[in-house]
Amino acid sequence: MDFNDTPEEAEYRAKVRAWLEENAPRGVKGASLGDEDESQMDACKAWQAKKAAAGYAQIRWPKEWGGGGGTTIQSVIFAQEESRMGVQLGGPFAIGLGMCIPTVMATADDETKKRFVGPAVRGETIWCQLFSEPAGGSDVAAIRTRAIKDESSVDENGDFDWVINGQKIWTSGAHYADYGIVLVRTDPDAVKHKGLTMFWIDMKSPGIECKNIHQMSGARGFNEVFFTDVRVKDSQRLGALNDGWNVSIITLMNERASVGGGGGARGGGALKALQVAQKIRDENGDPLSNNTTVREKIAEHYVRAEGLRFTGMRSLTALSQGKTPGPEQSVSKLVQASAMQDLADFMVDLQDQAGIIRDPAHAVENADFQEMFLGTPGGRIAGGTDEILRNIIAERVLGLPGEIRVDKNIPFKDLPTGR
Amino acid sequence: MNFDFSDEQLALKDEARKFLAAKCPPDRVRKLMDEDSPGFDPELWAQVAEQGWLGAAIPEEHGGLGLGYLELCCIAEELGRAVAPVPFASTVYFFAEALLRAGTAEQKAKYLPQVVTGEIIGTIASAEQAGPVSAANINAEVSGGKLNGVKMPVTDGVVAHHAVVLAKEGGKPTLYIVDLNGPGVSREAVNTIDRSREAARVEFKDAPVERLGEVGDGLALFEAINDRAAVLISFEQVGGADMCLEMAKNYALDRFAFGRQIGGYQAIKHRLADMYAKNVLARGNAYYGAWALNSDAPELPIAAAGARISASDAYWFAARENVQVHGGMGFTWEVDCHLHYRRSRQLGLVAGSARSWKHRLVTMLERRNAA
Ligand SMILES: Cc1cc2nc3c(=O)[nH]c(=O)nc-3n(C[C@H](O)[C@H](O)[C@H](O)COP(=O)(O)OP(=O)(O)OC[C@H]3O[C@@H](n4cnc5c(N)ncnc54)[C@H](O)[C@@H]3O)c2cc1C
Ligand SMILES: Cc1cc2nc3c(=O)[nH]c(=O)nc-3n(C[C@H](O)[C@H](O)[C@H](O)COP(=O)(O)OP(=O)(O)OC[C@H]3O[C@@H](n4cnc5c(N)ncnc54)[C@H](O)[C@@H]3O)c2cc1C
Repeated sequence: MDFNDTPEEAEYRAKVRAWLEENAPRGVKGASLGDEDESQMDACKAWQAKKAAAGYAQIRWPKEWGGGGGTTIQSVIFAQEESRMGVQLGGPFAIGLGMCIPTVMATADDETKKRFVGPAVRGETIWCQLFSEPAGGSDVAAIRTRAIKDESSVDENGDFDWVINGQKIWTSGAHYADYGIVLVRTDPDAVKHKGLTMFWIDMKSPGIECKNIHQMSGARGFNEVFFTDVRVKDSQRLGALNDGWNVSIITLMNERASVGGGGGARGGGALKALQVAQKIRDENGDPLSNNTTVREKIAEHYVRAEGLRFTGMRSLTALSQGKTPGPEQSVSKLVQASAMQDLADFMVDLQDQAGIIRDPAHAVENADFQEMFLGTPGGRIAGGTDEILRNIIAERVLGLPGEIRVDKNIPFKDLPTGR
Repeated sequence: MNFDFSDEQLALKDEARKFLAAKCPPDRVRKLMDEDSPGFDPELWAQVAEQGWLGAAIPEEHGGLGLGYLELCCIAEELGRAVAPVPFASTVYFFAEALLRAGTAEQKAKYLPQVVTGEIIGTIASAEQAGPVSAANINAEVSGGKLNGVKMPVTDGVVAHHAVVLAKEGGKPTLYIVDLNGPGVSREAVNTIDRSREAARVEFKDAPVERLGEVGDGLALFEAINDRAAVLISFEQVGGADMCLEMAKNYALDRFAFGRQIGGYQAIKHRLADMYAKNVLARGNAYYGAWALNSDAPELPIAAAGARISASDAYWFAARENVQVHGGMGFTWEVDCHLHYRRSRQLGLVAGSARSWKHRLVTMLERRNAA
C-alpha cells in the first residue's frame, strides 16, 4: 500500500503540470454539466482541441481513436492537475465522451467509429443522450417514442429509413448538440424491454424540435426534444434491432464506470466551509468555526468527502493492476449527490439571514453556496435517482430480491400508464 | 499509487478469518458474557499469542514478527468481525505502541518480548471521569516516584498486568508504567455496556511508577499513541460493520413477512444500501489511515481522525440497524446482533468519542488552512 506517486507517476505529474502551466487558460469561468453557459462554449472547444492535440484528451483511449494511449492512472493524474489549476471546461463533452461515444465504439462499424470518435475527442462535435421521456426516466424501458420502418425507402444496399415520432425530455445539451444517441420503440407488441432499438442521430435532422426547459436553479441546461416524422437510416442503428435495452445498459455502465476520485479535491468543500466559518461572527463575536456544532458538521463533511476520494483510489488501484474493481464505486454518486446538497444547506444556514442573498456582489463567496443550494437537487435525480441507486446496490451488490414487477410478460402496448 | 493490501496481506487476513471462525464463534462470546466475571477468554488469548499476532508489528529484535502495521490492520479487521473477547487492542495498540514510541531500550527489552508471548497483558489508563482526556481532566498525581489517584474505566484493567498511566508530575502531564499487581494498586471490575470486554476502576495509593518518556510529554505522547490505536481500531470497526451488514442481509433473505422476503421491501433494501455505503466510506478512510500509520506519514493525525470518525459512524449505524432488521429476534440475548451493538459503542468510545475526534480534526484542518 502506497499512497504516494510512483517515480513514473511523479514524472508524469510533473510533465502534465508543466504543460498546464504553459497552456491552461486562466480566469475563464467554466461550465458544469447540465447548465452550460453558451458564451463559454468557444473556450471549452478550444481547450478540448488543445488537449487532444497534446494527447491529453481521453488519455486512456488508444491513439488511433484520438486518445492519449495512456493509462487510467495517468488520466486521473491529469484530471487532478487540471482541477488544481481551476480549469473546468469539460462539461459540454462529458455526456458524449463519457457515454455516447463509448456506446458507438461498442456497437458501430469501423466507418461510423472513424467518422465520430476523433471529432468528438477533439471537441469538434458535441453529443447528447436522448433516453428519458415523460413516460419514463427511472423506468427508461417505458418510453413510447416510436420508430416505424418505411418499407418504401429500401435502397439498393438494403438500407432503409425509420420514421421517428414522439418526445424526449430532460435532454442535457440538446440545444447545442450536433449528434445524439436515441432510444426508441420499434416493437410495441413485445414486452417492454424487448421492443427497443438504439440509433445515432444528427440533431439537425428535419423534424427535430428542441425546446429549452427552465430549471429550478434558473439555468437552462436541458430540453424537451420533439420528433415529428424524423428519418434515420437503418445503418444508423447501434446494436441489433430490438436490442436497444442491452445497448442502453452499455451506455449507463460507462456512465457509472467513470472512476471517481479523479478531480476530487481533498476534503470536498469542507475546507472552504471552514474558511467561511472562520470569517463569520457568532452571538458573542467569536468566529463561528469555534462553535461545536459547526465543527462537527465540517468534520463530517470532510470525512465523507475523503471517504469518497479514497474509494475512488481503491477502484483505480484495481484498474491499474488489470483487475476488475469491486462494487465499492457504486456508492459514489449516491453519497456525493446528497453530500453536496447537505453542504450547501449547512453553508447557507451558517450565514443566518444573509444566507438568502444570491447576488454575487453581496453574497458570501460570490453566492457559490446559494448556487449550489439551488443546483444540487438535480444531482440526486440525474443519472439515476437516489432510490434507483439504492435499489441497484441492494440488488446487484448485496443480492437482495428485485422489485415486484407488474409489467413482466405483458406486451408493451397493453401496459397500464399513469400521468 | 497503490491503494490496496498485497496478496500476502490479504492471505493473512483470510487465514485470520478462518482461525477466528473456528476458535471464536459468536456463541462462545455470548457464553462468556453470561459469566460472573465476563470479558476475557484466556484460552483464545493463548491461541492468539501462538499465532504470533501479538507481535505482528513488533520488531524482531523484541521477539515480534516485525511484519508491519498493514498486517496488523488485517488482523484487527478480523478480530472486530469476530467480536473477539481478548485484550488485544489494550495490549498491542496501546501498551506495546506506547513502549515502541516512548520506551527506553531497557523498557522495550523488559516488556515487549513478554507482550509477544502473551505473558504480559497491558493496557492504558487515561480517563478518570466523564469527558475527554485533557490536561484539565487529569487528577492522578505522581510525586517522589509514587502515584496517587483513580483511573476509570480502564479497559481490560482487571486482567492486565501492567498499565501505561497518564498522570501529572508537578502539574505536567506525563506517562508512567505501573505494575498493576504491585503495591499500592487496588482494582475492581466495573460493569460496562460491552460485556465481551471487561473494564476496571483502578485506584493507586503510593503505587511505585516507572516513567515512560519525558516529564511534560504525557499528553503529546498520549495523542500520538491514540492516533495509532485509532487507525487499528478503525479496522476492528470496519470488520464489525461488514459482519453486521452480512448478518442483516442473510436475515433479510431468510425471513418472510406479508408473503415475501423482508429483503424485498425497500425500507429494508435501502437501509442495507446505506449501510453498505457507510461501510465503503469507512473502509476508504481506514485504508488511508493504514497507509499513514505504516509509513509514519506526517498526515497520520488527520488520517487517524478520518478513519476513526468514519468507522465509528459506520459500525454504530450497521450495528443498530442490524438489530432493527432482525425485528423481535434482534432484541434477544440469544441472537448475535447485540454483541455488535455493544461492541460498536465500546470501540466508538475507547479511543475517545466521535465528538472529540471531530473537534480535533477541525483543529488540525484550521492549522493546515493557516499554514
Ligand atoms: C439535471 C438533469 C439532467 C438530465 N439529463 C438527462 C439527459 O441528458 N438525458 C436523459 O435521457 N435524461 C436526462 N435526465 C433525466 C433523468 O435521467 C431522469 O430525470 C431520472 O432518471 C428520473 O426519471 P424521472 O424524472 O422520470 O422521475 P421518475 O422516474 O418518475 O421518478 C420520480 C420519483 O419516483 C422514484 N421512483 C421511481 N421508480 C422507483 C422505484 N422503482 N422505487 C422507488 N422509487 C422510485 C424516483 O426515485 C423519484 O424520486 C436528466 C435529469 C436531470 C435532473
Ligand atoms: C420488547 C418487546 C416486547 C414485545 N411484546 C410483545 C407482546 O407483549 N405481545 C406480542 O404479541 N408481541 C410482542 N412483541 C413482538 C413485536 O410486536 C414484534 O417483534 C414486532 O411486531 C415485529 O415482528 P417480528 O419480530 O416478527 O419482526 P418481522 O416482522 O420479521 O420484521 C423484521 C424486520 O422487517 C421489517 N418489515 C417487516 N415487514 C415489512 C414490510 N412490509 N415493509 C417494510 N419492512 C418490513 C420490520 O420492520 C423489521 O425491521 C414484543 C417485541 C419486543 C421487542
